[in-house]
Amino acid sequence: MIRQEQMQVVNQQQIATNIFELTLIGQQVLDMKQPGQFVHLRVSDQMEPLLRRPISISSIDKETLEFKMIYRADGRGTTLLSEKKPGDQVDVLGPLGNGFPIDKIEAGQTALLVGGGIGVPPLYELSKRLVEKGVKPVHVLGFQSKDVVFYEREFRQLGETYIVTVDGSHGHKGFVTNVLETLKDDFAVYYSCGPTPMLSALERMYPEKEGYLSFEERMGCGIGACFACVCETTKKTEADYVKVCSDGPVFESGVVRV
Amino acid sequence: MNRLAVELPGLSLKNPIMPASGCFGFGKEYAKLYNLSKLGAIMIKATTLETRLGNPTPRVAETPAGMLNAIGLQNPGLTKVMENELPWLEQYDVPIIANVAGTLMEDYVGVAKSISQAPNVHALELNISCPNVKQGGITFGTDPVVAEELTRAVKEVSSVPIYVKLSPNVTNVNEIAKAVEAGGADGITMINTLLGMRFDTKTGRPVIANVTGGLSGPAIKPVALRMVYEVAKHVSIPIIGMGGVSTIDDVIDFLSAGASAVAVGTANFVDPFVCPNLIEQLPEKLDELGFETVSELVGRSHRL
Repeated sequence: MIRQEQMQVVNQQQIATNIFELTLIGQQVLDMKQPGQFVHLRVSDQMEPLLRRPISISSIDKETLEFKMIYRADGRGTTLLSEKKPGDQVDVLGPLGNGFPIDKIEAGQTALLVGGGIGVPPLYELSKRLVEKGVKPVHVLGFQSKDVVFYEREFRQLGETYIVTVDGSHGHKGFVTNVLETLKDDFAVYYSCGPTPMLSALERMYPEKEGYLSFEERMGCGIGACFACVCETTKKTEADYVKVCSDGPVFESGVVRV
Repeated sequence: MNRLAVELPGLSLKNPIMPASGCFGFGKEYAKLYNLSKLGAIMIKATTLETRLGNPTPRVAETPAGMLNAIGLQNPGLTKVMENELPWLEQYDVPIIANVAGTLMEDYVGVAKSISQAPNVHALELNISCPNVKQGGITFGTDPVVAEELTRAVKEVSSVPIYVKLSPNVTNVNEIAKAVEAGGADGITMINTLLGMRFDTKTGRPVIANVTGGLSGPAIKPVALRMVYEVAKHVSIPIIGMGGVSTIDDVIDFLSAGASAVAVGTANFVDPFVCPNLIEQLPEKLDELGFETVSELVGRSHRL
């Protein structure tokens, strides 16, 4: 069920340069089913900025009714969001979209999780769920540079983790694909979230593998009504198009034309 | 007596609030959030003869107190709307206003003839004001002679009353309003979006893939109010007003300016519950202003 709820800020902390982790509490957490779903936030009750901001969920705790988001404060909306303090209210519409399926992989198998930049956060909840299920995750996480790397320790606690930075200031130098080329491809399913060129590179690298990719597109309503976030499809699906917000944001590899 | 009720050609509205075309799809998404029977009416997404896939993305961009969009009339086409969308909406006790669009006059006539026969379609809204398609749309809405001719052609084949949706992207909106009235329009809906642009300041590139888009949201309310106020003085057919409506005061302002009912567009994206919320707030607002019915408010600014 989709709810609109005033949720309370429990914690807000900067975890890397311009990267914030925000924890909110509310009933909506009970409805958060899949890793990879997102919420649509109003960062202000003023007319400017007007529209909601879609932000992916990075971890869910149904016992405490808390969930976390990790976002980059790089525009007016996310900068305002980064100024919220414990006790402040945030208008949250969610949970929205379809996340990563964890029923496509079995205990004992290996999953490859590939994240790029601000696409890394939803992979954290995904990895936790996979580990709970007995799946072995391998994480390959790409960032621009050392100062924007986050959650390295958290991912390492869950499984094998490779950090890649474009400038080589931390971990391996280059792109996630440079590391992937050196790894065995004995995984059963791959999951990824990040910039479209990265998703497209993964599809080319693993044409025979089952994969699930989370896409990003500018959104209006976030619930499928406004047709702002439409993507072209391939012959893999009968649909002429898909909406990232309500059909996705996660699609099986090959469905969205990249 | 229902003090919110409004009687318009083809439409017995239980209240004067309805979602605007293009901001509500065909209702399915919002039906997951609330009972659509609460609404005065629903203006469904523009329907064309053929399936349309719309424009490339990005299709939307935020602007101060508003947004630009260039969706490009994406819709499943007349046949699928008639077979899937409209029958699905029949479960709700709400009149449907079908927004009709096309490239050629024959397209409008073709869509209007069929869609006006759907049992829950109580009126048509002729979209001669979409700024985001290269042909059709706004090209019909900026020339009074063409607008009148199209209105007449559609009126001839439609089995329900027709409302013509006017564009604000004209020098003299009254001229177009009078032309469609002369062409037999039963009502007017106004305004569609204002043509606008946003640039990526760093690169100098337009943000919207279509280069230009239609501006909507609170930013355009003063323009919309002025146009409704003007047109109300020049035509005797009713007006459904829209343009930046998001609060109950906005609703009152449009009624005062001369609109008989009010459509809500962009605000649905900001607050998906905005329509039922406004409907709930309306009686209290009437009390506060000392009016018994919505109808008493319509056009009051002209009587002061």
